[in-house]
Parts: sequence; structure tokens; C-alpha cells
Amino acid sequence: MSIKKTSLNNLHIKYGAKLVEFAGYQMPIQYKDGIIQEHKYTRSHSGIFDVSHMGQLFISGGDDLTNDLEKIFPADLKKLKTNQSKYSFLMNNKGGIQDDLIITKTSDGFLIILNAACKYNDYEVIKSKLDNQYKLNLDESLSLIALQGPEAKNVLNKVIPGCDSLKFMNGNNYVYNNKKVYITRSGYTGEDGFEISIKNSDAETFVESLIENGSKLIGLGARDTLRMEAGLCLYGNDLDNDTSPIEANLKWAIPKSRIETEFVGSEVLKNQFQSGVKKLRVGIKPDSKVIARGNTKIYNDKNQEIGKVTSGTFGPSVEHPIAMGYVDNSYSTVNTKIFLEVRGKKIPANICNLPFYKKNYVKGEINV
Amino acid sequence: MSEVKYSKEHEWIKLDGEEATIGITKHATEMLGDIVFAELPEKGSNVDKDGTAGVVESTKAASDVYTPVSGEVIDTNQMIVDDPSKINEDPEESAWFFKLKIKDKSEMDTLMSKEEYEKFAKETSA
Repeated sequence: MSIKKTSLNNLHIKYGAKLVEFAGYQMPIQYKDGIIQEHKYTRSHSGIFDVSHMGQLFISGGDDLTNDLEKIFPADLKKLKTNQSKYSFLMNNKGGIQDDLIITKTSDGFLIILNAACKYNDYEVIKSKLDNQYKLNLDESLSLIALQGPEAKNVLNKVIPGCDSLKFMNGNNYVYNNKKVYITRSGYTGEDGFEISIKNSDAETFVESLIENGSKLIGLGARDTLRMEAGLCLYGNDLDNDTSPIEANLKWAIPKSRIETEFVGSEVLKNQFQSGVKKLRVGIKPDSKVIARGNTKIYNDKNQEIGKVTSGTFGPSVEHPIAMGYVDNSYSTVNTKIFLEVRGKKIPANICNLPFYKKNYVKGEINV
Repeated sequence: MSEVKYSKEHEWIKLDGEEATIGITKHATEMLGDIVFAELPEKGSNVDKDGTAGVVESTKAASDVYTPVSGEVIDTNQMIVDDPSKINEDPEESAWFFKLKIKDKSEMDTLMSKEEYEKFAKETSA
């Protein structure tokens, strides 16, 4: 299979991107400023992320769509208002996560944002579980641009006036270049921000206008350090087919109203809600400057292996190494002393609260 | 006049008499990106040519640092441990890694000159 390019590929090259292959796409890992500067610029001003490799799946048609989707996803879709978004999961029968995703109710159905590496499989799985009466469109004529940071609302408002009135985890239709764009207030950095779904043919001029208004392109490298500081999971690292949302400490994303109802994986989840889980995702802060990356083994003070790091890096804003991983539930309490095996040495660390960096989302109530 | 040579693992080595100063090249720092962690060999320890003699980590990944020649570690640069970003700023001068009392001067002959290294770096990163 040949490597795919997003509609912003030429722009990435123009702005000096170092390109890498990610999930079958040629993507920018960083630009000229480098990961740390890009990370800090997003936290202090605003950053533009090309996330067009992610899937934008539109599902429409049929009165039973909401009911039928609730048999697949553990979200409370009946309560979802038009243009409202929820974080949810596509699970297997064992309660393992096949993908984590954002579902938004649209005027004629639902829009689901899928991880790039999972999107084609997700499409097949969802299609096979739904009746033929529904229309599924994994729309590759659209780009997806994230604009994140404290200045995101001011920058975007200059290009698309009115979007600063959106509430967190809500979306709406706007007009850019006489064409419809769909914007949600959401993101993956721990900052206030937006995700803009826009025609491929308009993506480049749109991003150039964001740059003219003071924002900068940010690569996948900084996207990773930003999301880790925000305590957010990366599918494939922190979430996988053998890990449930309960184990991933994402219980909050399973509404109480759905626990007793049926959906793919509901039996396992119900069980875990009642009896607890053996492993749990936790935040990890090494005592020293040593960085523990994914797959680092975790030990207790008796030298017994108790878990594994799933993501780890240096946090540019917290100015310290950070990590997350899974430990035996009995070691998941904050301030528990653990040891990380890095290059043959046992490095002391502590279980800590997530996120590492305090969130700055604009909550709905602030704008009411 | 001191002699500067380069290894295929992107270290530079400057020899003054029996004392060698070793660091990583500017080209190496450009490939690594922002360096956020450095680990150096123990003072007084002996290191063997092409053996591991430290670690650097960028936000993205960890990389071993190798010693281009054998010898005894007589000094290490605490400045780069305290502030690893100095390695990106001044890799071939103030941000050296360690100093060796070298064992066998003829090991220098296996290394590249500046011109040879520049050609090598250009070819391998293309």
C-alpha cells in the first residue's frame, strides 16, 4: 500500500516539517522550531495540528439509529442533543477497547471521529453490526484541523466569526469560503481549542489564514507530549484490545444510565463495575530526570513485577519526566512508591494523579 | 595543535596529548531533536572503543552514546546533565560529554576526518 498524504502535505513541507510515516500517512513529526518550542507555543498561544489522517464517519438514516448505535457504544446517545459530543469506545465482546472515539449528534445522524490506524477496521465493524438501512460514509473528502491553546478562540474567530460562542464538547456548522465547515470545541492537548472539519480543497488556505493570525503549525511529536501532560490516552499505547475502559480509568465515560443496558462488551463491564479490576491505569512521576518510555517494567519495593509503562516522555511544561501505565490495582493509590526498570537500573518513582498539567478547557457553564 | 576526528556513531573526539574530549556532533543533535536527558560514564571507569559510554534522550527517544576510543574516564561534564538543552545549543564546544586518558593512540586512525564525516553524514541522512 502506498503512503497517503493529507491535503496539507505541501504546507508541511513549506514550513519545514520533518515527515514520518504514521498510520499509513506521511505526517509531520515536528517543524523547524522543534518539539519543545512547539509544545510551549501551544500552551502559551495556539497551535495548528493536521489530524486529517483521523477518520470522519458520518452515519445517517432510519428512526432506530440512536437505539442501534447504543447497542454498539456505551454512550448515552438518547440524551445527546444535536451538536453535542461525547467521548466513547468501540469495544469487543471481552470489553477490550478496539478504538476510543468522539461521537457527535448531527442534524441527520451522528459523526464519529476515529483513530487513523483503526478507522477502516472500525468502519467494517460498525457496518457489520448495523442494519443495511443506514448510510455510512467514511468521508475522505474532508480534512480535520485542530486549533489548540489559550489564543485559539481569538485566532479562529478572526477567520470564522462567531465560533467562540461554542461550548466545550459542542459543535456547529459555520461558513468558510462560501462552504460549510463543521467545528467542535474539543481537543487532545489539555487546552481550550477547536477541531474544524473542512473540505480538502479549502484546508490549505484556511490553515494559512490561521498562521497569518498568529498561530503556528505543530507536529505529532508535540501533540504526544501535550496529550501526555494532559493525562490523555493514545490508542495503541495506553489503550488496546485487551484493556477495558474501567481498567483504563475511564469509568467516567460510561454513564450510569448505560451500565444495566446491553452493548458490545456490557457483560464484562458490568462485572468489572461490581467486582473491580486487577490492573488500573495510573500516572507515574519518576523521582529523578530519567525517562521511562512505553514497555518499561514496573516493580514494587520487594522487586516483584507489578505492571508496565505504556507512555512516557519529558513534559516540557511541567519540566519533568512523566509517564502513565498499568499497575496491579493494589499499587494504584497516589504516592505509592514504585520502581521503573530503565537500562538495567531500578529508578524510584511515585504513583501520581492525572493530569500532570492542569486543564484549561472552557466549560459550558462559563459561556451560559 | 589538537586533532579532531569523527565516528560513524556521530561522536567527535579532540585529542590533546594523551587526553581526549568526546561529545556528539551538531548533525547528531539535529537528528535527535530537543535533548532532555543525558547520562554520562562514571569518573574513573574504563571504557572500550565502540562501547556504550552514556545516553541521551530527546522528547521522542533514547539513544546510546558510544566512545570512539578506549581509555579511562578522567572527567565528565556536569553542565549537560543539569541542563541537557545545552547539548543542542553548543554540541561541539562547551557541551562535551566526557574526557578520557586514552589507551591506544592508534585507535584514532580508524576514525574519520571532518571532511570525511561531513560526507558520511550527508550520505546517511539522505
